[in-house]
Amino acid sequence: MSSIAIPHVPAAPPRRGLTTWQAWGAILIAPYVLVFLAFVLYPVSYGLWLARHPESYVQLFADPIFIRTVVNTVFFLLIAVNLKFLLALWLSGFFVHERTWIRWLSVVFLLPWAVPSIPTIFSIRFMFNPEWGVINSVIFRLTGLDGPNWLNDPHIGLGLAMLTHIWKSLPFWTLILIAGRLSIPREQYEAAAVDGASAWQKFKYVTWPSLRTLYLTSTILSMIWSLGDFNSVYLLTGGGPADLTHVLATLGIRYIRLDQVDLAMATIVCAMPLVLPLVYYMMKHLSK
Amino acid sequence: MKRFTREAVLLLIAVPILLWTLLPIYHIFLFSISSKDSAFSGTLWPDQPTLRNFGTIFRQEHFYLHHFWSQIWNSLWIAVAVGVITLAIATCAAFAISRLKVRGGRAVMNLALFTYFIPAAFLAIPMYKAMGMYGLLNSRWSLVLAMVTLAAPYAIWVLKQASDKLPIELDEAAKIDGATPLQLFRLVYLPLMTPSLIAIGTYALLLAWNEYLYAYLLLSHEQTIPLAVALGHFIAADDSPWELLMATGLVYALPPAAIYYAFRRYMVSGLTAGAVKA
Repeated sequence: MSSIAIPHVPAAPPRRGLTTWQAWGAILIAPYVLVFLAFVLYPVSYGLWLARHPESYVQLFADPIFIRTVVNTVFFLLIAVNLKFLLALWLSGFFVHERTWIRWLSVVFLLPWAVPSIPTIFSIRFMFNPEWGVINSVIFRLTGLDGPNWLNDPHIGLGLAMLTHIWKSLPFWTLILIAGRLSIPREQYEAAAVDGASAWQKFKYVTWPSLRTLYLTSTILSMIWSLGDFNSVYLLTGGGPADLTHVLATLGIRYIRLDQVDLAMATIVCAMPLVLPLVYYMMKHLSK
Repeated sequence: MKRFTREAVLLLIAVPILLWTLLPIYHIFLFSISSKDSAFSGTLWPDQPTLRNFGTIFRQEHFYLHHFWSQIWNSLWIAVAVGVITLAIATCAAFAISRLKVRGGRAVMNLALFTYFIPAAFLAIPMYKAMGMYGLLNSRWSLVLAMVTLAAPYAIWVLKQASDKLPIELDEAAKIDGATPLQLFRLVYLPLMTPSLIAIGTYALLLAWNEYLYAYLLLSHEQTIPLAVALGHFIAADDSPWELLMATGLVYALPPAAIYYAFRRYMVSGLTAGAVKA
């Protein structure tokens, strides 16, 4: 396989193109190229080859939970990601205020992003346990009524998975938008203030025009990654009750666990119409 | 008066932010210091806080915790290996692309970016299959290599952005002095890149320590799994000891939180710089 990594070095004897600098360049870049060939290109090609049988797709669409999973995934992307970004946009406006205590608050605010998913998502899962969880205990103590069934209800379960996703990744995207807001020149706000602009007008005419591109690319990137968010669903609901809260990521892994690799790969292929346009947009944008 | 209202509004926004952020984390802490009985009573502070859960964990006295120390060692071993290997591979690649202008460097950068955009759970499926064919399943190396594959693209991208900012005159001066590419790399490039290297090393290390899905797919023997997978096993049974799970989770979550805060300065500027440019 190493022979494939060499194309950066022409095989011809040293002409003016192949200096020691180019040779060293080829040597230094080779380890990553090897990693890419062995753990991305080969697996993905092989996986797509496994997904070539039309029967896999027939079988997939015949699985009663598949359509439900696709619908869940689309809702997850549209609702969770957009809600997260509206919140991040608003919070970034809060965090750019120059106060010492706000700086400390931002340090705490980053915790969900800094700590591993598994303990925190299990913690949320326990909080919402209908029988012993702290939420229903508090509801019972305050009202004397039993609280909702939370994770045992497919709609609420998926909603809570979205909230978990937002809880986990909101800090990161808020940070990105804060950095975006801080790169807007202060003079623009001062000029707007001189013109007597209201807070809303400052946002509309100064902040948003500068932030719009970052906001859109971040939203798209987050949508791509959220498609691969396995933890927020699997660790919270496990796809249940009755496999009604799966998203494509957890369904694919479920097929792997059932030793149906063909179906798992077919699931991914079915997600491609969702992913590829977004990836294409990002690639075009970033490699400029 | 106007100023006072403004501060009041800011504080009013701060309270729900704080509650939202800390509630699940406080809940972990609450369970960790509760005995089995009071853990399920649904109170906001245990009647008799106890550290006994931690004793049980450290002495490996529960069925789910028999391999606690070897599992936390696995987590550490894997995280350090991923940090070191990612840093080595990505630094070399970024140097080759950005400073040596290696032919095809741009194409490699685009391939790396493309990998960065594949949703992690999707790549996991073919990766699992390939690791099986390479005979690496259940070896810690499978997880290390998988995490290097996931971490390297972003690492290369950030390091390339950072090294593009170094003045080209440095390279020219070094060339005139007759420096070899390796001397340029070692004596000029690495010292100047140190802040970015710290950020990226920490990023890869934390990514590997925190990873659940790949670890769960690639490793399954009690002896080889990292702590994350062991925590996942707790949930298998209905009568799982929540207080022990949460206490173990706290032990597991503390090192990354500490490392993150220690390197916060590097992390935040290093990891957001590229994004804002986009």
